[in-house]
Amino acid sequence: MKLDNYTVLEFPSRSANEGFARTVAACFAAQLDPTLEEINDIKTAVSEAVTNAIVHGYPDRIGKISMKLRIKEDRVLEIIIRDWGTGIADVAQARVPMFTTGGEERSGMGFTIMESFMDNLKVRSELGKGTTVTMKRRIACRVCK
Amino acid sequence: MSIICTEENRCLTVHIQGELDHHRARELMTQLDREINCALPRKLELDLSGLTFTDSSGIALLLRTYRNVQELGGTMCVRNTPQQAKKVFWAAGLQHIIPFEGV
Repeated sequence: MKLDNYTVLEFPSRSANEGFARTVAACFAAQLDPTLEEINDIKTAVSEAVTNAIVHGYPDRIGKISMKLRIKEDRVLEIIIRDWGTGIADVAQARVPMFTTGGEERSGMGFTIMESFMDNLKVRSELGKGTTVTMKRRIACRVCK
Repeated sequence: MSIICTEENRCLTVHIQGELDHHRARELMTQLDREINCALPRKLELDLSGLTFTDSSGIALLLRTYRNVQELGGTMCVRNTPQQAKKVFWAAGLQHIIPFEGV
Protein backbone atom coordinates (compact mmCIF):
# COMPACT_ATOMS: atom_id res chain seq x y z
CA MET A 1 0.00 0.00 0.00
CA LYS A 2 1.36 3.41 -0.93
CA LEU A 3 0.66 6.02 1.66
CA ASP A 4 0.64 9.58 0.46
CA ASN A 5 -0.94 12.26 2.55
CA TYR A 6 -0.13 15.74 3.80
CA THR A 7 -1.45 18.64 5.82
CA VAL A 8 -0.37 22.23 6.41
CA LEU A 9 -0.83 24.25 9.58
CA GLU A 10 -0.22 27.95 9.94
CA PHE A 11 -0.24 29.85 13.22
CA PRO A 12 1.13 33.01 14.89
CA SER A 13 4.33 32.71 16.95
CA ARG A 14 2.58 32.64 20.31
CA SER A 15 4.06 30.20 22.80
CA ALA A 16 0.61 28.80 23.58
CA ASN A 17 0.74 27.24 20.09
CA GLU A 18 3.71 24.99 20.97
CA GLY A 19 1.42 22.44 22.57
CA PHE A 20 -1.09 22.74 19.75
CA ALA A 21 1.52 22.18 17.01
CA ARG A 22 3.04 19.06 18.59
CA THR A 23 -0.43 17.61 19.20
CA VAL A 24 -1.35 18.16 15.53
CA ALA A 25 1.89 16.44 14.47
CA ALA A 26 1.14 13.50 16.76
CA CYS A 27 -2.42 13.20 15.41
CA PHE A 28 -1.20 13.28 11.80
CA ALA A 29 1.50 10.70 12.52
CA ALA A 30 -1.11 8.39 14.07
CA GLN A 31 -2.15 7.09 10.63
CA LEU A 32 1.25 5.35 10.42
CA ASP A 33 0.39 3.38 13.56
CA PRO A 34 3.48 4.50 15.49
CA THR A 35 4.50 3.25 18.92
CA LEU A 36 4.07 5.53 21.92
CA GLU A 37 7.82 6.13 21.89
CA GLU A 38 7.76 7.17 18.22
CA ILE A 39 4.86 9.54 18.90
CA ASN A 40 6.73 11.05 21.85
CA ASP A 41 9.91 11.51 19.78
CA ILE A 42 7.93 13.36 17.11
CA LYS A 43 6.15 15.56 19.66
CA THR A 44 9.45 16.44 21.33
CA ALA A 45 11.20 17.32 18.07
CA VAL A 46 8.26 19.46 16.90
CA SER A 47 8.17 21.24 20.24
CA GLU A 48 11.86 22.15 19.86
CA ALA A 49 11.52 23.39 16.28
CA VAL A 50 8.40 25.47 16.98
CA THR A 51 9.96 26.92 20.15
CA ASN A 52 13.05 27.94 18.15
CA ALA A 53 10.85 29.69 15.58
CA ILE A 54 9.00 31.55 18.33
CA VAL A 55 12.02 32.48 20.48
CA HIS A 56 14.67 33.08 17.82
CA GLY A 57 12.67 33.65 14.62
CA TYR A 58 10.49 36.35 16.11
CA PRO A 59 12.25 37.59 19.28
CA ASP A 60 10.37 40.89 19.43
CA ARG A 61 7.22 40.43 17.39
CA ILE A 62 4.51 37.97 16.53
CA GLY A 63 5.04 36.43 13.10
CA LYS A 64 3.85 33.57 10.95
CA ILE A 65 4.97 29.97 11.44
CA SER A 66 3.99 27.13 9.15
CA MET A 67 4.21 23.40 9.73
CA LYS A 68 3.90 20.99 6.83
CA LEU A 69 3.45 17.32 7.56
CA ARG A 70 3.82 14.78 4.79
CA ILE A 71 3.86 11.04 4.59
CA LYS A 72 6.38 10.00 2.00
CA GLU A 73 7.36 6.67 0.53
CA ASP A 74 8.49 3.89 2.81
CA ARG A 75 6.49 5.21 5.78
CA VAL A 76 8.66 8.28 6.19
CA LEU A 77 7.08 11.21 8.00
CA GLU A 78 8.48 14.55 6.86
CA ILE A 79 7.95 17.63 9.02
CA ILE A 80 8.83 21.09 7.70
CA ILE A 81 8.66 23.98 10.15
CA ARG A 82 9.25 27.41 8.71
CA ASP A 83 9.38 30.98 9.93
CA TRP A 84 9.92 34.23 8.05
CA GLY A 85 11.78 35.92 10.89
CA THR A 86 15.31 36.85 11.93
CA GLY A 87 17.23 33.89 10.56
CA ILE A 88 20.31 32.22 12.06
CA ALA A 89 23.71 33.83 11.39
CA ASP A 90 25.69 30.63 11.90
CA VAL A 91 23.67 27.41 11.61
CA ALA A 92 26.63 25.14 12.45
CA GLN A 93 27.20 27.05 15.70
CA ALA A 94 23.47 27.00 16.55
CA ARG A 95 23.51 23.20 16.25
CA VAL A 96 26.33 22.78 18.79
CA PRO A 97 24.98 21.24 22.03
CA MET A 98 24.51 23.74 24.87
CA PHE A 99 24.96 26.74 22.56
CA THR A 100 22.14 29.22 23.06
CA THR A 101 21.41 32.88 22.56
CA GLY A 102 18.17 32.41 24.51
CA GLY A 103 17.46 33.28 28.11
CA GLU A 104 18.01 31.27 31.27
CA GLU A 105 14.96 29.13 30.55
CA ARG A 106 16.63 27.79 27.40
CA SER A 107 19.14 24.94 27.47
CA GLY A 108 20.76 25.10 24.04
CA MET A 109 19.74 21.49 23.42
CA GLY A 110 16.96 22.07 20.87
CA PHE A 111 18.82 21.03 17.71
CA THR A 112 20.60 18.21 19.53
CA ILE A 113 17.25 16.74 20.52
CA MET A 114 15.81 17.17 17.03
CA GLU A 115 18.88 15.38 15.64
CA SER A 116 18.81 12.50 18.06
CA PHE A 117 15.03 11.99 18.06
CA MET A 118 14.57 12.12 14.27
CA ASP A 119 16.36 10.19 11.50
CA ASN A 120 17.34 13.28 9.59
CA LEU A 121 17.51 17.04 10.22
CA LYS A 122 18.16 19.81 7.74
CA VAL A 123 18.32 23.49 8.66
CA ARG A 124 18.25 26.23 6.04
CA SER A 125 18.43 29.81 7.20
CA GLU A 126 19.06 33.24 5.82
CA LEU A 127 19.47 36.40 7.89
CA GLY A 128 16.40 38.58 7.66
CA LYS A 129 14.49 35.98 5.64
CA GLY A 130 13.81 33.19 8.07
CA THR A 131 14.55 29.58 8.87
CA THR A 132 13.28 26.27 7.53
CA VAL A 133 13.77 23.09 9.53
CA THR A 134 13.12 19.79 7.73
CA MET A 135 12.96 16.63 9.81
CA LYS A 136 12.32 13.06 8.72
CA ARG A 137 11.42 10.01 10.69
CA ARG A 138 10.62 6.57 9.38
CA ILE A 139 7.86 4.84 11.33
CA ALA A 140 8.53 1.11 11.49
CA CYS A 141 5.76 -1.15 10.30
CA ARG A 142 4.56 -3.33 13.15
CA VAL A 143 2.25 -5.66 11.22
CA CYS A 144 3.55 -5.88 7.66
CA LYS A 145 6.77 -7.68 6.89
CA MET B 1 0.92 22.44 34.44
CA SER B 2 1.05 22.77 38.21
CA ILE B 3 3.27 21.98 41.16
CA ILE B 4 2.36 20.56 44.53
CA CYS B 5 4.82 21.03 47.40
CA THR B 6 5.13 19.30 50.73
CA GLU B 7 7.77 20.03 53.32
CA GLU B 8 8.97 18.11 56.32
CA ASN B 9 12.15 18.73 58.32
CA ARG B 10 13.52 20.97 55.59
CA CYS B 11 13.03 18.26 53.00
CA LEU B 12 10.98 19.80 50.23
CA THR B 13 9.12 17.50 47.87
CA VAL B 14 7.83 19.03 44.66
CA HIS B 15 5.45 17.17 42.35
CA ILE B 16 5.44 18.57 38.83
CA GLN B 17 2.29 17.80 36.89
CA GLY B 18 1.24 18.29 33.30
CA GLU B 19 3.17 19.25 30.16
CA LEU B 20 6.36 21.29 30.41
CA ASP B 21 7.51 23.39 27.46
CA HIS B 22 8.84 26.89 26.78
CA HIS B 23 5.31 28.28 27.15
CA ARG B 24 5.10 27.11 30.75
CA ALA B 25 8.77 27.13 31.75
CA ARG B 26 9.22 30.68 33.00
CA GLU B 27 6.18 30.63 35.25
CA LEU B 28 7.18 27.26 36.65
CA MET B 29 10.73 28.48 37.33
CA THR B 30 9.40 31.50 39.22
CA GLN B 31 7.13 29.25 41.29
CA LEU B 32 9.93 26.79 42.04
CA ASP B 33 12.34 29.58 42.98
CA ARG B 34 9.77 30.97 45.41
CA GLU B 35 9.22 27.58 47.04
CA ILE B 36 12.96 26.94 47.38
CA ASN B 37 13.74 30.39 48.76
CA CYS B 38 10.91 30.01 51.23
CA ALA B 39 11.71 26.49 52.44
CA LEU B 40 15.54 26.71 52.15
CA PRO B 41 15.58 22.91 51.86
CA ARG B 42 18.43 20.70 52.97
CA LYS B 43 17.04 18.26 50.46
CA LEU B 44 14.84 18.84 47.44
CA GLU B 45 13.03 15.91 45.89
CA LEU B 46 11.54 16.52 42.48
CA ASP B 47 8.83 13.98 41.75
CA LEU B 48 8.11 13.80 38.03
CA SER B 49 5.53 11.00 38.07
CA GLY B 50 2.88 13.46 36.86
CA LEU B 51 5.01 15.01 34.10
CA THR B 52 3.19 13.99 30.91
CA PHE B 53 5.57 15.74 28.48
CA THR B 54 8.77 17.76 28.48
CA ASP B 55 11.06 19.22 25.85
CA SER B 56 14.47 20.86 26.39
CA SER B 57 12.79 23.44 28.65
CA GLY B 58 12.83 20.69 31.28
CA ILE B 59 16.62 20.39 30.94
CA ALA B 60 17.05 24.10 31.68
CA LEU B 61 14.59 23.89 34.57
CA LEU B 62 16.37 20.95 36.21
CA LEU B 63 19.86 22.43 35.81
CA ARG B 64 18.80 25.76 37.18
CA THR B 65 16.97 24.26 40.13
CA TYR B 66 19.94 22.02 40.88
CA ARG B 67 22.26 25.04 40.91
CA ASN B 68 19.92 27.02 43.16
CA VAL B 69 19.63 24.23 45.71
CA GLN B 70 23.39 23.68 45.72
CA GLU B 71 24.04 27.38 46.27
CA LEU B 72 21.83 27.17 49.35
CA GLY B 73 23.89 24.23 50.59
CA GLY B 74 21.23 21.63 49.89
CA THR B 75 21.05 18.46 47.84
CA MET B 76 18.59 17.49 45.15
CA CYS B 77 17.32 14.30 43.60
CA VAL B 78 14.80 13.50 40.88
CA ARG B 79 12.30 10.67 41.29
CA ASN B 80 9.82 8.79 39.11
CA THR B 81 11.05 10.16 35.79
CA PRO B 82 8.72 9.05 32.96
CA GLN B 83 10.22 7.40 29.84
CA GLN B 84 9.67 10.41 27.59
CA ALA B 85 11.33 12.83 30.01
CA LYS B 86 14.17 10.40 30.62
CA LYS B 87 14.97 10.28 26.91
CA VAL B 88 15.11 14.08 26.75
CA PHE B 89 17.26 14.45 29.90
CA TRP B 90 19.61 11.63 28.88
CA ALA B 91 20.16 13.28 25.48
CA ALA B 92 21.66 16.18 27.45
CA GLY B 93 23.62 13.90 29.81
CA LEU B 94 21.75 15.18 32.89
CA GLN B 95 22.15 11.76 34.55
CA HIS B 96 25.86 12.55 34.92
CA ILE B 97 25.13 15.79 36.78
CA ILE B 98 21.93 15.32 38.79
CA PRO B 99 21.08 12.23 40.88
CA PHE B 100 18.09 10.40 39.41
CA GLU B 101 16.47 7.76 41.60
CA GLY B 102 14.92 4.55 40.34
CA VAL B 103 15.77 4.82 36.64
